[in-house]
Parts: sequence; C-alpha cells; structure tokens
Amino acid sequence: MNTSDKDTIKLPTTPLSQPQRRAKSIWSSQLHRREALDGYIFILPWFLGLLFFVMGPFIAGLYYSLTEYDGLTPPRWLGLQNYRNVLFDDSKFWLAVYNTAWYVGASVLPGVILGLLLALLLNQKVRGITVFRTLFYLPSIVPAVASVALFIYILHDRFGLLNETLFQVFNVIGPNWLTSPTWSKPSLVIWSLWGIGSGMIIYLAGLQGVPEVLYEAAALDGAGAFRRFWRITLPMISPTIFFVLILGIIGSFQIFTPVFLLGGTNYGQAAAGPMDSLLFWVVYIYNQGFFYFRMGYASALAWLLFIILMILTFIQFRLAKRWVYYEDEVAR
Amino acid sequence: MASNVIVGNQVRKLIWQAAVYSLLIVLAIVFATPLLWLVSTSLKDDSQMALWPPVWIPVPIRWENFWTAWTAGNFSLYFLNTAIITIGAMIGQLLTASMAAFGFARLRFPGRELLFSVLLATLMLPYVVTLIPTFVLFKNLGWLDSFKPLIIPAYFGGGAFFIFLLRQFFRTLPPEIFEQATIDGASNYRIYFQILLPLSKPALSTVAIFAFMQHWNDFLAPLIYINSPEKFTLALGLRRFMSLTEVRFQEMMAMALLMTLPVIVVFFFFQQYFIQGVVMSGLKG
Repeated sequence: MNTSDKDTIKLPTTPLSQPQRRAKSIWSSQLHRREALDGYIFILPWFLGLLFFVMGPFIAGLYYSLTEYDGLTPPRWLGLQNYRNVLFDDSKFWLAVYNTAWYVGASVLPGVILGLLLALLLNQKVRGITVFRTLFYLPSIVPAVASVALFIYILHDRFGLLNETLFQVFNVIGPNWLTSPTWSKPSLVIWSLWGIGSGMIIYLAGLQGVPEVLYEAAALDGAGAFRRFWRITLPMISPTIFFVLILGIIGSFQIFTPVFLLGGTNYGQAAAGPMDSLLFWVVYIYNQGFFYFRMGYASALAWLLFIILMILTFIQFRLAKRWVYYEDEVAR
Repeated sequence: MASNVIVGNQVRKLIWQAAVYSLLIVLAIVFATPLLWLVSTSLKDDSQMALWPPVWIPVPIRWENFWTAWTAGNFSLYFLNTAIITIGAMIGQLLTASMAAFGFARLRFPGRELLFSVLLATLMLPYVVTLIPTFVLFKNLGWLDSFKPLIIPAYFGGGAFFIFLLRQFFRTLPPEIFEQATIDGASNYRIYFQILLPLSKPALSTVAIFAFMQHWNDFLAPLIYINSPEKFTLALGLRRFMSLTEVRFQEMMAMALLMTLPVIVVFFFFQQYFIQGVVMSGLKG
C-alpha cells in the first residue's frame, strides 16, 4: 500500500473541549463494554464448538481410554489396563507402529525434498511455467477415493498400466503391487508421491517471498548459482520447509483413507491389506473402535498416537532452532 | 571482448532454459499419465482395454460407460446427498468462521489473546484423538445415520484453520473504515454484514473453495456416521461401486472421473484465490 492511499483515509482530527472530552470518555467506556460484549457474541459459535466438539471429546477420550467401553453399556473403569495391554500384549499394535513408521519414513522425507526440488524448477522464469505449475498441482486435489480407484487400476498386477509397461518395454514381470505384503506399502508411497503438488505449492509461495534484492546483491558480489541457493534460498525458505515437514509428519502418521481403501478390498471386513501389511495406526484404531466396538481400547490407541505426535513435534521445534532461520529474530 | 561475454551469457541462458524445459516435460509426462489414463480408460470399450501400445484416444469413444455406471451405481442419489452436505456445511463454515475471525481481528475483549492462542493450539490437535468420543457424542444425540454429524458441527466455528485464515485477511483491511463506521453510529453487526463481508470476498472465496473440497472429498466422516446406502455420499458410493464384482474398470474410472470433475472445475475458476489461500496459510504463520 502506498502512502497517498493512507492519507486519504485518515480522519480529520479536531481538538475537543473539556465537557466534550468527559462525554467522550463515558461514551467510550460504554462503547468498550459494548464492543467486548459483541466480541463474545461473535466468537460464541466457535467457543461452543470448542467446548462440545473439541475439548469435551478430547477429555472424554482420555476417560474412555481408561475404561472398557463398547458404546452401548456404560464404560467400566480399568485404570491403565488398556495401555498396558496395548504396549505389552498386543503384537498387532507393534505391527501397526512398524507399518506406519515405515510409511512415514519412506514418504515424508522424499516428499519434502522432491517437493522442494519441483518448486525450485517451477520457480524458473520461463514461458508457460504457470501451465506446468497447474499440471503438477492437479493430482493433489483429486479426491482420495477417486485417486485410489485410479491407482488400483494402474497398479493392478495383470491389467495395470505399470506392469504392462514394465513387461513390454523392459521385459520385466512386475510385482503384485497391491496384493503382496512386500509391495503394498511401496504402492502407497507411489500414490503419495503423485500428490506432492500440495507441498510444492507452499514452497513456491515461500520461494516467491524471497526478496529479489538479496540475489542481486549476491550476484554482484560474485556468488555462483549454487552458493546463492545454499546461502540465500535455503535459509530464507527454511521456515516453509519446517512448516511442510511438521504438517507432513503429523499428516502421514494419521493417514487413513488411502490405506483403508487399498487394504480393504474385502468389503465388510476389517481392512488391513495383504497379511496385515497395511495395518496402520489409524486403521487399527478404526478397526478396534468401529469394527470390534472396543471404544476404550481404540481411545487408548488414539491417545498414544497423540502423545507420540506431541513428542515428535516438540523435538522438531527444539531441533528447528538449529536450522530454521527467522528474519524477525535476527532483527530483534 | 564485451560482446563475447554477452553472447556467452545468452548461450548459457539458452542451454539453461533447454535443460529446464526438458526436465519439466519429462516430469509433466509422469504426472499427467495417470490423469490421462483415467480419462481415456473411462471412454473405452472392452476390446480397447488390453492392447499394447496402450490406447490413449479410444476410437470409437464409448460415452455409454458413464451412463451405465451412473445408473448401475445409483450415483444420482449420491451426487445429491454430497451436494446437500457440502453446501449445508459450507454455509455454516463461512458464516461462523468469519464471525469468529471478525471478533478476533477487530473487537477488543478481555481474554481475546488467550482464546486466540487456544484456537491456534487446536490447529495442531491430531484429529484421531477426538474421533471416537465425537462418535459417541453423536450416537448419544441420536444423530447416527443422518447428515447431521456432517453438517451441524460446521455451524460451530467452521474449523480453526478457516478462522485463522480469515483473521489474517481481516487484519490487512485499513482500520479507519471500521472506526469511521463506528463513529457514524453503525453497530458491529451492521459493520460485519455491510462492510466486512462485502470487502472480504477474496478471502471468503478462498475459504469457500477449501471447504468445498474438504466436504466433497471427505471419506472418513461419512464412513463412520452413515450406514444406509440411500444416504451415501459420492465417496462412499464410489467405494461401494469399486467393491462390486461385476463392475468393469472403464466404469470405475468413469465414476472416479465424474467425482473429480467438479473439484477441477472449481479449481480452474478460482485458481487465484486458491493460491492466495496457500500463501496466507503457509507463510504468515
């Protein structure tokens, strides 16, 4: 906004007389009370939502996790028994942890790095770049059910485009992507990489926020392209990378829809993929809670996931101090 | 000498651009292939399915796939249900999220900062931790197997992310407009309806698009709350359709494409708002 805009909006100020001022102060305290009341009224729907749909369930979940509860008969108090069972007697839980961690490890870091590389490529000033940006972003807005349907077909062992191409072009017989326990998780990673556009677009916004002046100054000082990337681009967009990383980890720990759809080909059965290879944390919560109606046990699983995510987020914020660069902090 | 340097620079620039374009084109092929395959498969007849090289533009084009799948899968009903839920929830989100955002951005009241930091904290709350108790709550309210759990919560603030997004936007509006209106005797309700909302069309459009996609694409909530097939959404309907043994891949792709089309249309029409929303959410945190 330029200064002339501001000047035209500025109000004329006339000095007030003594009684006027007193009148104004009474008026203004009433105004303040009025304003505060209005403020509460305006945020009321949100506040009620916070109480009934966030805080209430949050605490209720902690309570359920300490009980045995089938959703019909009243919860029966168990203390920490659910947690003990989950951690010490439930091999399926550890399988779910393993599968989830496998997926987080295999999808988040490649997603973050490839998304950044893609954004760097799409930040080049060449003609027609917006068409490419749109094209790479499109897959990430396709509804999950639709894109899973598409990948079920593409990755089909006999009729799929991928295996057909592998066979015809490279003379390789492709694996049973979706029906083998070895390949079901890699299939999921392939599906997720198709959607890296969502991270890419955030990076792109970050890259375009880096002031051009910095590059010009560095170029004058004789810094090469690689050095400019390392010393300017990377530090300047490190908060964006951090943001994408945090969201990526929280999101992929909680991934449900594609895993459930890929693993639940037998409609009406607890979904877990071939030999439980797609038994992920949230899928396990779903199966326990909504398939076996063990709401208490499922709540304990959910709370454990919550605790793990909080710890991971906390660690990341601590580590972030070493590598994330915030402009305002230096200015202060 | 000098002209040599300039020519050298131009050559380097050309080589760089050629490299960028070739990389872009290779990647574009990789990313576009699944989408093209989706479109072309949905228009094939049985004889064009298992050919090598693959058929990309089917001749003849079989439009009937859409019609047979649509009627066989009962998609009219799912489409209508999804539209009701999406529109019903969007209205609630736009209304109550903009209200809360107005309160947090423009009105001063005791506890505002504290409540706003609570709001920011709920942004980080993993959804699974409230999943089961919320289900129990709606069960006790007798809302199961109805659209209520999918629509009514949207009228209670519409989601912390949207409030945050709108508040960021409201704070960029010049405060003088609101001060002048207050001095002219306009109540905060009039200011909200007659000044704030009309001025905020770009930000509200952003929220509308995100909210549209959220409800249109949602799978987990309908899965949990809806049992009767006549109340299914498109997401549930498509899943059911996929599980039917007699369904052919062409029909599956046709319905996946139909579910995707509205999202892509909305994206193309409101692209600018979309990018704006990403910028606002990602950077000004």
